[in-house]
Amino acid sequence: MTETSDSEEAVSPDPSGQDSIPLMQRVLDNPFLLLVLGIAVPAVFYIIWGIIEITQIPIAD
Amino acid sequence: MSNLVDFRTCPTTGLRVDKSAENLIKANAVAAVVFLSIGGLFGLLVALTRWPAVHFLPADWFYLALTAHGLDVLLVWIIFFEMAVLYFASAILLNSRLAGPRWAWTGFGLMLAGALITNVAVLRGQSSVMFTSYVPMQAEPAFYLGIILFAVGALIGCFVFFGTLVIAKQARTYEGSIPLVTFGALTAAIIAVFTIASGAIILIPTLLWSVGLVSHIDPLVYKTIWWAMGHSSQQINVSAHVAVWYAIAAMVFGAKPLSEKVSRMAFLMYILFLQLASAHHMLVEPGFSPEWKIFNTSYAMYLAVLGSMIHGMTVPGSIEAAQRARGLTKGMFEWLRKAPWGNPAFAGMFMSLVFFGFIGGISGVVMGTEQINLIMHNTLYVPGHFHGTVVAGTTLAFMAITYLLVPLIFRRELMMKKLASWQPYVFGIGVAGISLFMMGAGTLGVSRRHWDMTFADAQLPFDYPSAAYLMMGLNGIFAVLAAIGGLMFIVIVVGSVFFGRRLGQDEKPEYPEVPPQSAAVGHYGSSETLRIPGTVFLVGIFFVAFVLYYFVNWKYLSEVWPLS
Ligand code: HEM
Ligand SMILES: [Cu+2]
Repeated sequence: MTETSDSEEAVSPDPSGQDSIPLMQRVLDNPFLLLVLGIAVPAVFYIIWGIIEITQIPIAD
Repeated sequence: MSNLVDFRTCPTTGLRVDKSAENLIKANAVAAVVFLSIGGLFGLLVALTRWPAVHFLPADWFYLALTAHGLDVLLVWIIFFEMAVLYFASAILLNSRLAGPRWAWTGFGLMLAGALITNVAVLRGQSSVMFTSYVPMQAEPAFYLGIILFAVGALIGCFVFFGTLVIAKQARTYEGSIPLVTFGALTAAIIAVFTIASGAIILIPTLLWSVGLVSHIDPLVYKTIWWAMGHSSQQINVSAHVAVWYAIAAMVFGAKPLSEKVSRMAFLMYILFLQLASAHHMLVEPGFSPEWKIFNTSYAMYLAVLGSMIHGMTVPGSIEAAQRARGLTKGMFEWLRKAPWGNPAFAGMFMSLVFFGFIGGISGVVMGTEQINLIMHNTLYVPGHFHGTVVAGTTLAFMAITYLLVPLIFRRELMMKKLASWQPYVFGIGVAGISLFMMGAGTLGVSRRHWDMTFADAQLPFDYPSAAYLMMGLNGIFAVLAAIGGLMFIVIVVGSVFFGRRLGQDEKPEYPEVPPQSAAVGHYGSSETLRIPGTVFLVGIFFVAFVLYYFVNWKYLSEVWPLS
């Protein structure tokens, strides 16, 4: 927010300056988006994928 | 509500300090230190038992002590302290009031009750299942119940942290993005939510199983989900202690990160990838495919390791930049030679950084490699590795920042200054010793969690090489040193907190010295310089050590499995 205050304002069509904040900075400034990512990634790759593999182990008779 | 909030202004940094946040930081830090002393004592007993010439405890007490040690230090000490870090990094650094102090106290109460319940269960002697409590080993129901209560309390603490971020943003108590230290704490809190959710998924059914309401828990499912908690909780520690490194660099030197962007991207690597490395605990399980193992422990984990290496470079780099800006520009290392080595906050932080990288970090990557993992899986190499990460890394970093919290938050003058200036060295060298000697013994095959390495009454006799006995003796000696260092810490901190001279309202602490530039800790902003030749040189040494050690282990592997 502070970064966009002076020089860039002229170029930005949006008076709030929202548009000129780089995407990555907006991601990093959004704790709840990060929270979702930080839960979803390990849940999918480690837990869910792992449990699927366990369920596919054949049962001995 | 907000008109009831009581603030004071910190005379050193100018930050507004919410008194209820301050009290919560104090309570959590004190609880942490109490459990560190209990858990550390058990650690000493364990190490004395594994010292062949001493072999201190009988077998049943050994496993009891080992269970209590793992629980009290790994869970209770560290997580209580992390709650203090979360409240500090949110309310204090953001100049904000804390969201829901009542909730935070409820969380604290649950954590304390849970810790006590589990400790009592362990001490009763029917729950010596180690802190991993692998089924079908069964502990008393109270063992699981206590851990669950503790975890719920910690989860509440995380929500208070998130709530405080929201309040501070709305009230515009800070400008731009949150400070880097707060971002590191955010990383820790995010990983904590995943950690605790995984713990709930597996420990609640296990509790029901221990009281007879559930008939069967699949051991492999248990182990998989347990490690989603057990491993991820180590990543809370890493994120939190890296945040603490940045905080100490800022508070002692007024250092700004070299690049906010780069450091934040490194934390993002943690958020996305660090937790996947949980799979390294499953590397010898035949039920998983190599794809699952290798994706989670190699490809993904290397991205997270990249994050750590970035921090490992930017933290000393930011100190170097700050020191050079102050005129310490001679040669490559004047900035480091003239660093305040007698300041325990700095000395502890710097040793934490070096040991975490060289001992914990390198050994972690080696063990996380599926093939070479086979030569040390479940040996003492494993505890050797994680005493390098969680003790020499996290614990030492937390001790270091405690030396700043005593004057700044507890508002007491630090007592026994001479002893304090020695403490990080005694503890750090002791812990580095136990890490290295346990790794050495593990490389020779000595198993972890084992009472008698002589196999005295085994049906099939077995002898470890005599070098392994030497390693375990040296381990015992350095364990005593580490325990002395731990005791020094507890005496200094408890003494100062309860009996130290109270600082006057506007009084600035003299020792450890906290300069006015320390206010940098609460702001966004990079130093934007890359003139850090000393750091680049140190990083070069690190890479050489890393590569050599990595290949040495492949060589060992080839000897285990002669093909000619
Ligand atoms: C005086 C300091 C310490 C000493 C002498 C010490 C020593 C030891 C020893 C000898 C073992 C047993 C290895 C085995 O037989 O498998 C052990 C295990 C362990 N230690 Fe420590 N330790 C200390 C501090 C700490 C701290 C501060 C932490 C955590 C922050 C920690 C975490 C652990 C854990 C998690 C285990 C594994 C327990 C298990 O296998 O169930 N230790 N320690
Ligand atoms: Cu792990």
